[in-house]
This record gives sequence, C-alpha cells and structure tokens, in this order.
Amino acid sequence: MFKVKKPFEFVGNVSLFGFRVVTGLFRSPFEGEQIVRQIAEVGSRSLPLVIASGFAVGAVMTLHTRSTLVMLGAAAMIPTVQSLAFFVEIGPLVAGLLVAGRVGSGIGAVLANMRATEQIDGIESLSVDSFKFLVIPRVVACVLALPILTLFVDFSALLGGFLSEYLTSRASFHLYIIRAFSHLDWSNFVAPTFKTTVFGFIIGTVSSYFGYTTNEGAQGVGRAATNSVVVSSLLIILADVILIKCIFFIFPESAL
Amino acid sequence: MTPNVNAALVFDRVSKSFGTKQVLRDVSFELPPGQALCILGRSGTGKSVTLKLIISLLKPDTGKIWIEQDEITGMQPNELSRVRRKMGFLFQDAALFDSLTLYENLALPLHRLTSKSPQEIDSAVNTVLLQVGLAADKTKMPSELSGGMRKRAGLARALVLEPKLLLADEPSSGLDRITASEIDDLLLQQKAERQTTIIVVTHDVHGARRVGDRFAVFDKGNLVAYGTAAEVERSESEVARKLIAEQ
Repeated sequence: MFKVKKPFEFVGNVSLFGFRVVTGLFRSPFEGEQIVRQIAEVGSRSLPLVIASGFAVGAVMTLHTRSTLVMLGAAAMIPTVQSLAFFVEIGPLVAGLLVAGRVGSGIGAVLANMRATEQIDGIESLSVDSFKFLVIPRVVACVLALPILTLFVDFSALLGGFLSEYLTSRASFHLYIIRAFSHLDWSNFVAPTFKTTVFGFIIGTVSSYFGYTTNEGAQGVGRAATNSVVVSSLLIILADVILIKCIFFIFPESAL
Repeated sequence: MTPNVNAALVFDRVSKSFGTKQVLRDVSFELPPGQALCILGRSGTGKSVTLKLIISLLKPDTGKIWIEQDEITGMQPNELSRVRRKMGFLFQDAALFDSLTLYENLALPLHRLTSKSPQEIDSAVNTVLLQVGLAADKTKMPSELSGGMRKRAGLARALVLEPKLLLADEPSSGLDRITASEIDDLLLQQKAERQTTIIVVTHDVHGARRVGDRFAVFDKGNLVAYGTAAEVERSESEVARKLIAEQ
C-alpha cells in the first residue's frame, strides 16, 4: 500500500501538478478531440457500474430506513428521506468513490503503462506536449462527467428505493415521486451535484499524477493504479467535509 | 567550444548522472550531415541515454549539444519543439500509441505539426507505409502487429515527418537476421535517398558495419573510441576492438 514518506513533498507535487493542469487549460492547442474521447471513455466505463450501484444502494437504504420510519409513524416520509439523502450527500459521494475506483485506477494504469513502454517519450519526441495531450483531457473529462454520473446515481437510487417500497407496500410511482421531491430545494440539489466537479478534479489530477510521473517500469503500473484509487478516495472524503461546510456557508437554509 | 557549423550533431563534454550513478562522462564528438553513426557498447554504458539527450528527452548535467546550429541544452519548450521537428526517433519497442491504429499513429504528428490537408496527410502516410511494407496493415492496432512489424511501424512514424536526423534505439533487437537486415536496408535507403543523418544504438555489429559510416564505442560512461570501422579496430581500447570485431 501507498506509504507517504514525505507527505509535504507529495502534497506539494500534486498541487503543482494540479496547478499545471489549470494553467494548461487556457493555452492552445485545446485538445477538444481528446477531451470528447476521454469523456466517452469515462462515461462508458462508469455508467453501468454507477447505475447498478445507485439502484442497489437505493433499494437497501429504503429497506433499512423503512422499519425505523414506520415505528415513528412516518412511513410517508420514506421517499423524502431517500431523495434528500441521495441528492444531498450519498449520490455525490458514491459517484465520486465509484469513479475513483473505476476510472482513477484506469487512468493511473494507462499512463504508467505509457510511461513504461516509452509512449510518453514517443509523444514528446514528436514535438507534442504530452501533458496537454494526455493529462489535461483526462482531468477535464472527470470534471465534466462526474456531475452527470452523480445524477445517474441519484435517479437510479430513487428507482431502487421505489421498487423496494413497491414490493413492500405497493406504493404508487406517481405518489412516490411527488413525495420524493416535495422537500427538495434547488440548494439541496444543485450545489451538492456540482461539488462533484471538485471530486472529478481530484480523481483526474491524482490518478494522472501517479501514472504520468511513475518511473518504475512495469512494476509501477500496478502501484500507480492502487495509489490512484487509495489517495483519490481519501482526498474525496476529506474534500467532501470541506465542501459541505462551504455549501452550508453559501446556502445557510440547506444546513437547517 | 565553437560548434562546427558543418556538423549535423556536436557533443561537447557532455556528462549525465542519475543519482550517484554517472552514465556519461565528458563525451565529445562531431557527426557530419548525411552520415550514419553506430553507437556500440555493453548494456548500461549510456548508449540509449545519448539518444535521449540528442532529442532532449533528458538534459545533460554539464556540457552542450548542438543540432546543426542550434544549441539545445538551454532551449525553451517552444524552441525545442522546432528543433525536434528535424528529428525522428525509432524507440527500442517502437513506442506506438496503443490506443490508435497504425494509420492514426502516423497521421497524428502530421495532423498536429503540419498544415497539410487531410488528403496530403493520407498520401504521406500511405507513402511511408508502402515504403516500410505495411500498407496492408494500416487499420491494425499496435497489439496486432508482430515484433518486426512494430519495428517497421515505429520506423515509419519516425520517417513520416521527413526528418533530417533519424535516431534509432536498437532497431534490430529481438528480430531474426532477415528482418533485422530489412530494417537496416530501410535505414540505408533513407540515407541514400534523402541524405538523412542517422544515429543507431545497436548490439548488432553485423548490421552496424552495413549501416555505419562512423562508430562510437562507449564503456562505463566514457567514449573510448570514435571513428571509422578501421579506426576503431586500431583503437587503444580493448573493449572497442572486441566490440567492433565481433561476429
């Protein structure tokens, strides 16, 4: 497992790497073709997993919360609790962690393999900026794809929750949806969904950092993949705490 | 040192270390344009590092390198990009982009670095593929190519920008004698038809003697012999005499 021997050096290097991504975004060439290709790659890799996981977690969560809410005489609140929980917190976090596992490991492994097989040197030898060509499109793809994938988690979780509720109490779909959205404000929905752009930036940057900067040949491929997942997941959870505080500051009503 | 304005490549007291290990020590030589230089030496003596210094994938710790009249060691990325366009690099394992087809691998540098139209790019790619005998394989992915085909594909990518300076890192490694000979023929053809300056790192002395006009022999990071085959055979270095006389 990843051991941070020099944590400050590591944080500094990843921060500089991220800064290079941000500054590189505004320099031509803009790599539109690569960005579209990477968005398709991130989406196609993650979508089935994200939908299946959202559906399963939604169904399981309904099963767990039902008994408590029925005991409190609040069975009618099940769809509301479900939607608030997913749109505000579980959806973004689950999407972030799933993409970190699925896409982050892939980015780390692919770039490390390209480094080991001299493909990155090959790109440089052709006077092509390998950082702009390989890293920036991957980071941008993660940033743009994550909010969309989060919505898929949210809605598939609602569907999973409804199915679970329907099998238990024969609830109507129409009523379930009305109750699910009855207490949901834009502030509950927009800010948490868009905070996943930060998760996307973390996944893209950290994974690319481990893959792009590895210098360990074939051995480095597995290590880069593992480190990408572990460090991205950890940083997503830490960033989530900070972002929630920011959201509460900007939208105080959502903290009530 | 003032560079020889007629030289295609000048190394002036170049040294390079990785950590505590010094891989090149005060290496100096000049190569006239249109000639082929074969770099020989045992494994780990700094041969591939020399190629990577020439194309500036690595920077020397001390010393200077001139490509024609351009001193590249202190260059900014934009200037470096201009100089790199004069060069083609055949990597040891070809280093083809495994997510692109053979055709796309060759079209990529033309698409990005030239103002050629799609038709001109198509024509240039097909011409080079025909030259290396891979015209029928252009839709294949690199993983579908054999070792010899990958080497030829890597050579095609190195040639597609019509470089003045062609660098080849062990072009015959892992290949049978006939395929290795075909690669050597392609290098010779390039030298004869386009007067390309060629630098080849190799362990294949038979091929080196066919292709090379000059030979550089490295031992433990030092350039122990440099010159024509006859000059290296008369070298004071026993390693150089053994390497050039092998086979």
